[in-house]
Amino acid sequence: MDNGLERLVFAFFNAEIAAAWAPKILEGMWVTILVSLAVVATGLALGLALAALRAYRIGPVDVAIVAFVDILRALPPLVVIIILFFAFPYLDLPMSAFTATWLSLSLVLAAFAEEIWWAGILAVPRGQWEAARSTGLGFGATLGYVVLPQAVRMTVPPLVNRVIAVTKGTALGSVVALSEIVSQASSAASLAGNPTPLTLGAAAYLAIFVPVVVLGRWLETRFAWKR
Amino acid sequence: MTSAEAVPPAPILELVALHKNFGPLKVLDGIDLAVRPRELVFVIGPSGSGKSTLLRCCNRLEEPDSGAVIVDGADIMRPGTDLNAVRQKIGMVFQSFNLYPHMTALGNVTLALRKVQGLARDAAEARGRAALAQVGLADKENSYPNALSGGQQQRVGIARALALGPKIVLFDEPTSALDPELVGSVLAVMRELKAAGMTMVVVSHELAFARAAADRVVFMEGGRIVEQGSPEAIFGNPREARTRAFVSRLSQGHG
Ligand SMILES: Nc1ncnc2c1ncn2[C@@H]1O[C@H](COP(=O)(O)OP(=O)(O)OP(=O)(O)O)[C@@H](O)[C@H]1O
Ligand SMILES: [Mg+2]
Repeated sequence: MDNGLERLVFAFFNAEIAAAWAPKILEGMWVTILVSLAVVATGLALGLALAALRAYRIGPVDVAIVAFVDILRALPPLVVIIILFFAFPYLDLPMSAFTATWLSLSLVLAAFAEEIWWAGILAVPRGQWEAARSTGLGFGATLGYVVLPQAVRMTVPPLVNRVIAVTKGTALGSVVALSEIVSQASSAASLAGNPTPLTLGAAAYLAIFVPVVVLGRWLETRFAWKR
Repeated sequence: MTSAEAVPPAPILELVALHKNFGPLKVLDGIDLAVRPRELVFVIGPSGSGKSTLLRCCNRLEEPDSGAVIVDGADIMRPGTDLNAVRQKIGMVFQSFNLYPHMTALGNVTLALRKVQGLARDAAEARGRAALAQVGLADKENSYPNALSGGQQQRVGIARALALGPKIVLFDEPTSALDPELVGSVLAVMRELKAAGMTMVVVSHELAFARAAADRVVFMEGGRIVEQGSPEAIFGNPREARTRAFVSRLSQGHG
């Protein structure tokens, strides 16, 4: 009667195999963390820069930003990774799996972040601009000191969701053989002939992203203020 | 004009033949107005008569179509005018306060001191505290706007304008968004400001305040100045039928 359960435990929670392959999974975890941090830093910085640039409402620049944003929101991130990884070498641009994954996901995150922050900028009441301008602050100073801080605070919840969704996309790096968690876990599982490393991989994701989710929730309450 | 001065002092603010259209709508249709030092000019008029637009043209928050805006002797419509420098001289107080919600009262008051006038933090905060003290909010410097009453928020708004050391302060319905019991604290600050010699242009419906503090009342309708004169003249014995009709509606509306 317990035969099924025993087999399940042997397959997915095999202590011996877990111990043997844990170092590989930890290596993958380290790579996932590095790519994720790089993606968050680059993607948010680029997204903020684009949203700020769009506030200046320079016709051709606006068109370029909107085109960039729409294209990267429409393409599956996997496709972006594959394009960068396989196409760039033809242009004699060397492209490692790490660079392709980092760059692709950064561009995708930047596109979504730009859209979210631009909506935030538009949601800041006109009176805020007028008050700041009436005290002699220039356009850029008003944007930087008055409008963006409010836009960023207002948009913490959608942004946190998007950051989590995009950074989980680091798993897609396995397609171009980036040795992150999924790629380490699946090759370990086939070498061991046992799926326990996949369980370890799942645990690794939980170890990374549960704290991020909790941090996100904290940020949301921290920056929610009554108007 | 009871004084016997031979030469009246030069106006702090002078509007000459000011025009502003929004599409086909003539919102300002040839406004001439001179505000002398220490004068409090009180502007009344029906909704849509262009009062807010008039104030907003004085610091070019709104761009006039034609005419001159002369601030402290310089025509600020002239190309090459440093508007951000001019705006330091013209304080503005808004109906909806427009405080920065992510900054404390002191942060609101010191932002332009630091980022426009370039004061170091210490110097800016010293001036900011003095401005907050002037509006009776010395103890609220660390409060965020959402922790302040409407009256307190508006006084922070006034302090934000005063901290820059303006030559004139423009008030656009400063008490219209306030609960009745909070209006008095803001008007009291404005009265003190007047007594201290500040030049002010006030758009408001507070007739009692106008009677007590205004040097001159200007009645606007349809983008023009219909009539102006002392509070006694405008409220007690207006020449124009339109002024009479508006004033009687206003005094009834405000019991
Ligand atoms: N940005 C704008 N675009 C188009 N029309 C505008 C704009 N701002 C004001 N108007 C119009 O100009 C007219 C004058 O507006 P203004 O706000 O100056 O009037 P007001 O005398 O201050 O009225 P209220 O007493 O209601 O505040 C109104 O008809 C208004 O609808
Ligand atoms: Mg108005």
